[in-house]
Amino acid sequence: MGAYAVFWREMVILKRRFLRVLGLYTVSPLLFLIAFGWGMGRSLNVEGVGYMTFMVPGLIALSSMSQSFSIAMDINIARFYWMTFEEFQSAPVSSLSIVLGEVLSGMVKGMLAAIMIFVLALCFGAELRVNGGFFLYICLNTLMFASAAVITSMVVKSHADQASFNGFFILPMSFLCGTFFPLSRLPEWAYFTAKVLPLTHASACIRAAALGRDVPLVSLGIMVFYSVLFFSGAVICVKRASI
Amino acid sequence: MTYIIRTERLAKEYGSITAIDCLDLAVTEGEIFGFLGPNGAGKTTTCRILTTLTKPTSGRAFISGYDVVDDPVKAKGGMGIVPQYLNVDGELTAYENLKLHGMLYGMDRETRNRRIKKLLDFVELSDRASSLVSTFSGGMKRRLMIARALLHEPKVLFLDECTVGLDAQTRRRIWGLIRRINQEGATVFLTTHYIEEAEVLCHRVGIIDYGKLIAVDTPKRLLNQTGDFVVETLDNDGGQVRFFQDKEDAAQFAASSDRDVTMRKSNLEDVFIRITGRRVSE
Repeated sequence: MGAYAVFWREMVILKRRFLRVLGLYTVSPLLFLIAFGWGMGRSLNVEGVGYMTFMVPGLIALSSMSQSFSIAMDINIARFYWMTFEEFQSAPVSSLSIVLGEVLSGMVKGMLAAIMIFVLALCFGAELRVNGGFFLYICLNTLMFASAAVITSMVVKSHADQASFNGFFILPMSFLCGTFFPLSRLPEWAYFTAKVLPLTHASACIRAAALGRDVPLVSLGIMVFYSVLFFSGAVICVKRASI
Repeated sequence: MTYIIRTERLAKEYGSITAIDCLDLAVTEGEIFGFLGPNGAGKTTTCRILTTLTKPTSGRAFISGYDVVDDPVKAKGGMGIVPQYLNVDGELTAYENLKLHGMLYGMDRETRNRRIKKLLDFVELSDRASSLVSTFSGGMKRRLMIARALLHEPKVLFLDECTVGLDAQTRRRIWGLIRRINQEGATVFLTTHYIEEAEVLCHRVGIIDYGKLIAVDTPKRLLNQTGDFVVETLDNDGGQVRFFQDKEDAAQFAASSDRDVTMRKSNLEDVFIRITGRRVSE
């Protein structure tokens, strides 16, 4: 019930802001699709498919990451500015329930963003296959980053710290993790760095599913590992943030 | 005697600063207990520890018999909290704020809706149930916070400086609510630095200064120990205070003084001055 209450609160607010949020989820992917898909990549072929078809799964991985991670700023504001997060902390609910509710809301936001891009991409002529695996990997991606968001929102001490974290970790990941171009084009040191980052494996799995290729099982295993690690870390961090 | 709130040598340190120092406190079921002291004395820290929001450095605290550190979820189930800052959710309506609270406390839908309706009437916000809380005034938010804290029928209600920043009329309205809450059976733990608030509302008062509990008793007994009458002598150094048990003695002293003097009945601020040599507001 505690997890559902936390989730319900986030969904009420999401519903209230729905049109604004939908616009937000649409604008930047639309710009990427126009600039990289139409502007630069119309005649390019990458890994045996058109650039648009190659890029869209990466864009889905990136956007679902950004939106599921965006709950970090919401929680940060609720903790340090509005103090409303204390309503959860002072209620007789476990840290697990709080994390579950917040992470589920992050996953819904991430999935919503992914669906928006998917629809837009079809309009732009991308050739993608929809299957259970495709949605499963997006789900895992949002689970990883929503859990990571809860950790950072508990660890950072101010809004400025939160913005710095986004600048140092999330933004570089957006461009270096196989989202817009294959990892093989990176220099060796960057290639191995990118291999450690979770978005690389999310991009690989989502792309493989969308293009009907064999899913890299190592990447899938790493995603599961990060999901468990981040989710457990989030529960511990929420517990430490209060008694 | 049943103690609903109990602390044993409770202490909290922030680096080299001692916020609370070996606090032994016992609050009886059904009373309004006032925790009085100047800003920074340790009132809010105590309140945060008791409500499981801050971990003590040492010592123990129990709410309804549950240790707040070892058994926080059970301890939290029986308490309602009104913090000193306005933390109702501005993005939700008044009704939604209360619904969320009821869900967090595991209330079934029928009981929750019945209590929400009753409490919105109680705090006179029924006509604004569907309004976003971001459109509320400070006093309305405070009343909604009280309704929220009462929704799950807590045994003990923590009110941390709950009337700070409110105008006199709203403050008195909230005092009325607190009395009614207590009459309906809830124990009230009230932190305040307003002397009048503690005197008017509390059955017993604990006075805290620099993290130490320096006096605990009924307001009447604390005043008796100090003296029922006060003569304040005004001079360039800020003035002096003399305490008297008898009105006649106080009047005689005032008449014999060659400086400007004021004679009045003593209050809890005078108790604080007698013990610490300072004013609560200093």
